[in-house]
Amino acid sequence: MNDMRDLYEELILDHNRNPRNYPKKPTDCNCTAHGHNPLCGDEFIVNLTVEDGVIKDIGFEGAGCAISTASASLMTEAIIGMPVEDADKLFSEVRHLLTDDDEDDDGEHADESVLGKLSVLKGVKEYPMRVKCATLAWHTMHAALMGKKDSTTE
Amino acid sequence: MNSSPHMLERNFTTDPERVLDLKALRADFPALHQQVRGHPLVYLDNGATSQKPQSVIDTIRHYYERDNSNVHRGVHTLSERATLAYEGVRKKVRNFFNAASIREIIFVRGTTEAINLVAQSYGRPRFSAGDEILITEMEHHSNIVPWQLLCQQTGATLKVVPFNDAGELDVDAYHQLLGPKTRLVAVVHVSNSLGTVNPVAEMIKAAHQFDVPVLVDGAQAVAHRKVDVQALDCDFYTCSAHKLFGPTGTGVLYAKEALLADMEPYQGGGDMISRVSFEKTLYNDLPYKFEAGTPNIAGVIGLGAALDYLDELDMAAIAAHEDELLDYATTQLQSLPGVRLIGTATEKASILSFCIEGVHPHDISTILDGEGIAIRAGHHCTMPVMTHYGLSATARASFALYNNRADVDALIAGIDKVKEIFQS
Ligand SMILES: Cc1ncc(COP(=O)(O)O)c(C=O)c1O
Repeated sequence: MNDMRDLYEELILDHNRNPRNYPKKPTDCNCTAHGHNPLCGDEFIVNLTVEDGVIKDIGFEGAGCAISTASASLMTEAIIGMPVEDADKLFSEVRHLLTDDDEDDDGEHADESVLGKLSVLKGVKEYPMRVKCATLAWHTMHAALMGKKDSTTE
Repeated sequence: MNSSPHMLERNFTTDPERVLDLKALRADFPALHQQVRGHPLVYLDNGATSQKPQSVIDTIRHYYERDNSNVHRGVHTLSERATLAYEGVRKKVRNFFNAASIREIIFVRGTTEAINLVAQSYGRPRFSAGDEILITEMEHHSNIVPWQLLCQQTGATLKVVPFNDAGELDVDAYHQLLGPKTRLVAVVHVSNSLGTVNPVAEMIKAAHQFDVPVLVDGAQAVAHRKVDVQALDCDFYTCSAHKLFGPTGTGVLYAKEALLADMEPYQGGGDMISRVSFEKTLYNDLPYKFEAGTPNIAGVIGLGAALDYLDELDMAAIAAHEDELLDYATTQLQSLPGVRLIGTATEKASILSFCIEGVHPHDISTILDGEGIAIRAGHHCTMPVMTHYGLSATARASFALYNNRADVDALIAGIDKVKEIFQS
């Protein structure tokens, strides 16, 4: 029970119940992508407005489990107003937090403090089958910035 | 039946012959006896795959330690042992299904391959534009996609029998859709996401009035119900060993001999031929015509051990036990506020799909896993069923002969935990 609370922390439950920037598509949105986790059916659309290399606005639509929804919601809060480059860096920090996966890893990691609220996702690491839930919105955001329409966690 | 080691001698409330000695049964399955995340494992994911009795594990091990050799190819002692064991299983499968002949038993990789075999070897040379293949809305993707591929290849059309919100097939619609254009009916015996037991005997009878052959996907049926292919009069019946207490990578296609005799081979290679030259190749006799290449010998032999295991039990007793458990679980789940059952057909077997308001099935499954309880969450390879209910996923508990009331009680307590966490 207690270790379940490490995964389903109040912050995650809160962002699941009341996702921020959801459902939302900024009127001047110019980057969008559809993300899908075929394993569990989580499905999100991430909509961004990017101007001069900066994420001016962001919102998401769709539905998923608590982990994927909370992660998407926290992501929108974290990267709004950020230069695109920094958002990508943050994504790699999140991935590192969740997996220790050294693929595409430049070996440089800022300490956890850059993650701020996002460090609440660290409990997911104990549940390898759920890591894809936590990264779905991030992959989708990345795909939108790269100009790809679809992203899957497979 | 009294001689069986797994039957209780006496029981005060039920017919003694129809009661399983659960304690003895559970002891036969080593994987059940372990701790998961600090709790004793409660395995309720039998619809995905069942656990294996020690006898199956030992048989496979013995095969590799003593008899390992290729089949049908050598005259040395080990090859003879392997061949005898492998072919012996064909007889066991024939008995298990009450098929008319061992020539009707084809070993395949599983249900999926069995259905693809029928689509390509039976359907592809025969079907053309204007022909219809009739399936149902509750099929597993493995009983949808092979037919879609066949339709693309031949120009045939796929027709779908709908089900009602309880998860029962619309039998009237079936009779309406069945007609002179229908070339094949493919229907799931027991639905893996709803638990519905379909009226396949009646459906087969109706199809035969139009001379239409029927394939029954028995993946979820064989571990729970006695299946007699001659009594059913089905033309094709498919199953996977791994859902029947046997190993993965092995399955069975039963098909009527007259149909098989007329069908094209599925794959070409060794074993399936009787003579090869560059001008002409003669195919082997049934069933070997459909078993190209070295088969999953250990898998088939393991399946044989699983059938031996079941042979000591009474399939009717297994069904009665599981039905009682399903009733017990259904009643309890129905009484929980915020819990909705998906699939409430009158005729059901061993499967309990449900949703909890405000909680995604994956979160249910993770929290239950934290209690040592294994269930399945997802679309169960039946996306059209999810679409019917406007869902993306359900949580599913599925029972096997070794499950008991304590497992159900653990599930209910686990669901309480889920609700507690999410309602905080
Ligand atoms: C009803 C049904 N049909 C077909 C299959 C496919 O079986 P397999 O994956 O063993 O080929 C399954 C297994 O999930 C099933 O439940």
